[in-house]
Amino acid sequence: MVVTASTCRTETVFDYSWMNVVVAYWNRYPNPSSTHVLTEDTIQREVRDGKLFSRRLLSKTNPVPKWGARFYNNVPVKIVEDSVLDPVKKTFTTFTRNLGMTKIMKVDEIVVYSEQKDGSTLAVRRAYISSQVFGFSRAIRAFGIERFKANGNKASNGFNYVLRRMFPDSLVGGGHHQHVVTTTSPAGEIPATTITVSTTNGSHNNQGALKSAAKVGYEFFKSHASKIAQLFSVKN
Amino acid sequence: MSSVGEDCNELKQQYDACFNSWFSERFLKGQTDDSACAPIFRVYQECVKRSIKEKKIDLQEIDPIFETGLEEDNAKKSGAKQQPAGKS
Repeated sequence: MVVTASTCRTETVFDYSWMNVVVAYWNRYPNPSSTHVLTEDTIQREVRDGKLFSRRLLSKTNPVPKWGARFYNNVPVKIVEDSVLDPVKKTFTTFTRNLGMTKIMKVDEIVVYSEQKDGSTLAVRRAYISSQVFGFSRAIRAFGIERFKANGNKASNGFNYVLRRMFPDSLVGGGHHQHVVTTTSPAGEIPATTITVSTTNGSHNNQGALKSAAKVGYEFFKSHASKIAQLFSVKN
Repeated sequence: MSSVGEDCNELKQQYDACFNSWFSERFLKGQTDDSACAPIFRVYQECVKRSIKEKKIDLQEIDPIFETGLEEDNAKKSGAKQQPAGKS
């Protein structure tokens, strides 16, 4: 089987210690930026080799986009989040993906939270967006990447809100800085087994790709509005 | 935050409270024994699993990211109460 995948990478620095970040992580919902998160459950959890393994099930929804309202079946999208927390190395890795509709668009997101030398916490967020929809895969992935970038800001804003509330005394003052490091969209068909994290610099390429993608995708979206509306409306 | 099962909310709250204090006061301080919240977790899990089943949420398609253990461990823990294996 052949699928195409796009990757995107962002880095966020939280001005809180790694300990604070991981404690707040389990309490990050609800927050003012997370009104779309409906439910949150831990469905597996264990300590193995001194590390904490967790699997959580989240369901999320979003206001119906205008153009999709007619078709939109507002069923919450289910999301599974696996995580491994190593308290000795001070790393926390989360792996998140949507359940269902994965042939249209599958978003795998990996975030690694690690301690920095200055005591703050670096979150490196990578997304692998793939679609098996023949002929429209590229368009769908381009939308997925835009969505990913927009949501990243909201997600870290919401997380910072929780951090501020739980730990009023941050290291540097409770702000955070984010920059999109790379965006890449290898247009070729990549065998599913050999998808690599080949990120290249130059986010401007994405603009052109997005424009043409938007055009080509339009007809497709009209006919698959309900399913797609759900996917694109999922926030993190 | 709500649970996926409306009737599991109270159990979820209790478990989350237990987990949060265990996590910050024990686990992060080097104590890896996780038995403190095991009883409430078990009850909460029964509720959530039932709800997931009722809502027909298909967890089968998830790739097993935890290469070893989890499923087996869970099977061991729940022992005789283990549900018959899936339809597959």
